[in-house]
Amino acid sequence: MSSRDRAADVRLPPVTQVGMFSLALIVAAGIYLSAHLPKHVSLAPAIVLLSASALLLAGNLATLARVPGFAWRRFFEIARWALLAYSIIAGMIEYAFVRNHLSGGPLVVLTLALVVFAVHVPVLIGFTVARYADG
Amino acid sequence: MADVAISPAGGAVVDAPPAGSERPDFQIVPRAGLPIVAVVLGLLIAGIAVNTAWPLQFLHVVGGAAWTVIDLFLGFVLGPIIGRLSIPARVEFTTRLMPKMVLIMPTVVTVTLAAGWQLGTKLGTVQTSYYLHGWVVASYIVVGVMAVIALGLLEPANIAVLVELKKPRPRPEVVERLMKRFIYTAGATGLMQIATFVIMTRLTAG
Repeated sequence: MSSRDRAADVRLPPVTQVGMFSLALIVAAGIYLSAHLPKHVSLAPAIVLLSASALLLAGNLATLARVPGFAWRRFFEIARWALLAYSIIAGMIEYAFVRNHLSGGPLVVLTLALVVFAVHVPVLIGFTVARYADG
Repeated sequence: MADVAISPAGGAVVDAPPAGSERPDFQIVPRAGLPIVAVVLGLLIAGIAVNTAWPLQFLHVVGGAAWTVIDLFLGFVLGPIIGRLSIPARVEFTTRLMPKMVLIMPTVVTVTLAAGWQLGTKLGTVQTSYYLHGWVVASYIVVGVMAVIALGLLEPANIAVLVELKKPRPRPEVVERLMKRFIYTAGATGLMQIATFVIMTRLTAG
């Protein structure tokens, strides 16, 4: 590892770790809801998990915005295409939900979870690429 | 291919490619593969829309088999081989393998999960009344863990190593670090796939 990379590692916030934790919370919310089908269960745990995941996403972006000299151009160059790809994947999953007549609160929670998923994964990809950008 | 020299201190340095020894040019996302992905996703949409057992079973089984085999092969066969290759050979192999993985893995995973969920809904196996419901929930957890590892570590490393290799002077230490991350996470998901084998065979056996 070069001295430049070591310095970069010290400066950068733990975006990947936080991102993975955020994704894990969304997955947990999804498992909670799908494990109780077709019973009606309290949405509260799923909403708590989703809110925490969304907060971590916001926190990740906020801490990244404060990193001096971060390669934002490279970040957006990669993240926008990843966003397109993961929006298509999220759209496919949403289609499966709607096709199976999911509605009401569970549909709203799962849709918002898909939004967080479709944004956070591109953030992680863009971050991983941008951290090694030259200059 | 890039000319890689080992410095006296042991650190690898990628020099400008000499004449007649070019690093193979490649596309990070191979555009030729996009129509194939579109066709596969179209089949998935059709399968879900038609909602009959055979197409859903076909998509779920074929997708799941591909996902499992690729993970295991990459993690336990190709991974150790790549690790022992010389740096130039590793670079060349990576530029040929990884772009394909960018398209194959997300497609295979999406098809497997979406078709599987639709099939489970149709057959009633995702409902709490199903007598092996605990095993089904276990499969959700295994897939969830694999998804977090793949989305948080594997996929970003895959893209980042390709972007690094696209540079005129890629840094070997960065390529090395990202490739290690890719191979280790592929190995971890390969191990999780063994759990998937156990669960899926148990569900099939009834």
